[in-house]
Amino acid sequence: MSEDQTPQPTPEASAPSDSGPSLLHGCPVSETLGQPTVHTDRGRYLALMEALYRDGFESCMGVSGVDYLTHPGRDIPEGVAAERFEVVVELVSFSRRERLRVRCQVPADDPVVPSLFDLWPGSEAHERETFDMFGVRFTDHPDLTRILMPEDWEGHPLRKDYATGQVPVQFKEAPK
Amino acid sequence: MTTPSLVDLLKAKTSEGAQELLARERTSVKELRAEVGGVLRLPEGVTLDRDDINYEAPDDETMILNLGPSHPSTHGVLRVMVEIRGEQVLRTKPVIGYLHTGMEKTGEELMYQQGATNVTRMDYLSPFFNELAYCLSVEKLAGVEVPPRAQWIRMLMCELNRISSHLLWLATNGADLGALNMLVYGWRDRELVLAFFEKVTGLRMNHNYIRPGGVAADLPDGWRDDVLAICDTVVKRMDEYDNLLTGQPLLQNRMDGVGALDSETAVGLGLTGPLLRSTGVAYDVRRDFPYLFYEQVDFDVIVGTAGDCWDRFAIRANEIRESVRILRQVAKAMPAGDYRAQDKKFTPPPRNRIDESMEALIHHFKLFTEGFRVAPGDAYVPVESPRGELGCYVVSDGTSRPYRLHVRAPSFANLQALAPMVRGGFIPDVIACISSIDPVLGDVDR
Repeated sequence: MSEDQTPQPTPEASAPSDSGPSLLHGCPVSETLGQPTVHTDRGRYLALMEALYRDGFESCMGVSGVDYLTHPGRDIPEGVAAERFEVVVELVSFSRRERLRVRCQVPADDPVVPSLFDLWPGSEAHERETFDMFGVRFTDHPDLTRILMPEDWEGHPLRKDYATGQVPVQFKEAPK
Repeated sequence: MTTPSLVDLLKAKTSEGAQELLARERTSVKELRAEVGGVLRLPEGVTLDRDDINYEAPDDETMILNLGPSHPSTHGVLRVMVEIRGEQVLRTKPVIGYLHTGMEKTGEELMYQQGATNVTRMDYLSPFFNELAYCLSVEKLAGVEVPPRAQWIRMLMCELNRISSHLLWLATNGADLGALNMLVYGWRDRELVLAFFEKVTGLRMNHNYIRPGGVAADLPDGWRDDVLAICDTVVKRMDEYDNLLTGQPLLQNRMDGVGALDSETAVGLGLTGPLLRSTGVAYDVRRDFPYLFYEQVDFDVIVGTAGDCWDRFAIRANEIRESVRILRQVAKAMPAGDYRAQDKKFTPPPRNRIDESMEALIHHFKLFTEGFRVAPGDAYVPVESPRGELGCYVVSDGTSRPYRLHVRAPSFANLQALAPMVRGGFIPDVIACISSIDPVLGDVDR
């Protein structure tokens, strides 16, 4: 955590080989509508984020999740296997006026990813929201509790198998 | 089932469990660090132990106190739990979610052209920015070219909205700190702007005016005179408020040096908007990642140095003047032309064409039953709302409804600054700090 804050130039994305997409810190990069996006699986996630932090992405604008349960055939570059959940991180470098999106694949049977709290403390609330809405757990998060839903709520509302309009309103501890 | 008695109702607990601020022995060191605002980047080798945080605070001398959720100074339904010793604040934790209405889930059920109606209700003090962030993302996915006049109209409405939002902030900030006369003046001047909104969009708030492809209607006749009159009045009134507030030692003492943040903490916490700029980081999405035609207008990004409440007051007051400056340029530069894209698959035909043309009728029918489809992909286009960076992360699976709609709400992220701001301060400083963060709970909870 004591690294010098001065931004260093991003290591050049290695030249695209004929066979696969270009790589950034060993993770494939794609470009969607002019926005570079790094794809990773959770094994490489924390190392990638640490490298990006050292590259001068000072600010983490947000962490959110997507549940791809009913949209499995999305476009993911080679080298990363598509999973049900994705954790999407928006990074900004103020000094270089640059943005980068990181999409991390999270399997459905064990939705656990490392927390970014030690790199960007501002990710704390966003990760709590992602946990609350998708049930993705963040290891080493200081306070992984629900943030928007009530404490005793069952289920994670933004999952695609959580249907709308089927759950009666839960008033807790109200006298029956 | 019997009707509960009033006594039972009063006894019903409203605990949020672990979401609340717990006693120290039930809190981990890492969580304690967050609650005292210890996002401080400690040098290597320095470890943070419990006693280090627990600065001279034995448990029997401290008290955990709820501020809110229903109190005017919390600007909505924000509940702030503070641990105090005497009057001094040791730990703070905002508890949110009381206004959560599941708008992101609702957004997945609505067609793209209906979505603006939904998102406009999030940050209810700056509805145009919500609509703009949503529409820019959808248009990027759909690849629609928006005509120049529509984009200039969007800029006009957004800058007026920034003025109305900041005026309301001046009013409520004054009220929070005891300058109650400012409350009346701020609301009065905001009404000027809202009257113009009503003339253009038909509604004072929640306009659903900016829609994918352009705006809902052209500007009415005489709009330029109205806008210039608003500009003149606001500038004149701002000078009066300088006399009333800025030169007022009582108010200055309440804000000067209160809630100071350094730029490293602010950047680390992901703050944006006036809160970040007050610490000296000149980050403004309008300048750094330009959208619409902000590259073609001349304006200054206002920054502070001390990062305290007083800086944030000065920044917002001066941003009103900068918005006036932009508005005058927009009024001069407004081109003629279409106010929405003439793409029949994307924007509905005019009402009178439906009576004459079979084709227009079909387009209208298709658009309002099936909607328009956009290509699969994801997009996030940030805009600079009065509270900071606002953006919609929209994922499309190729149907006419967003697969996922995530809103990066500036108030939600900015609220994390409360703990470091109020550490060691007094209870009245908590009120000043909440006010200077300018959270809109509709935006925080969505």
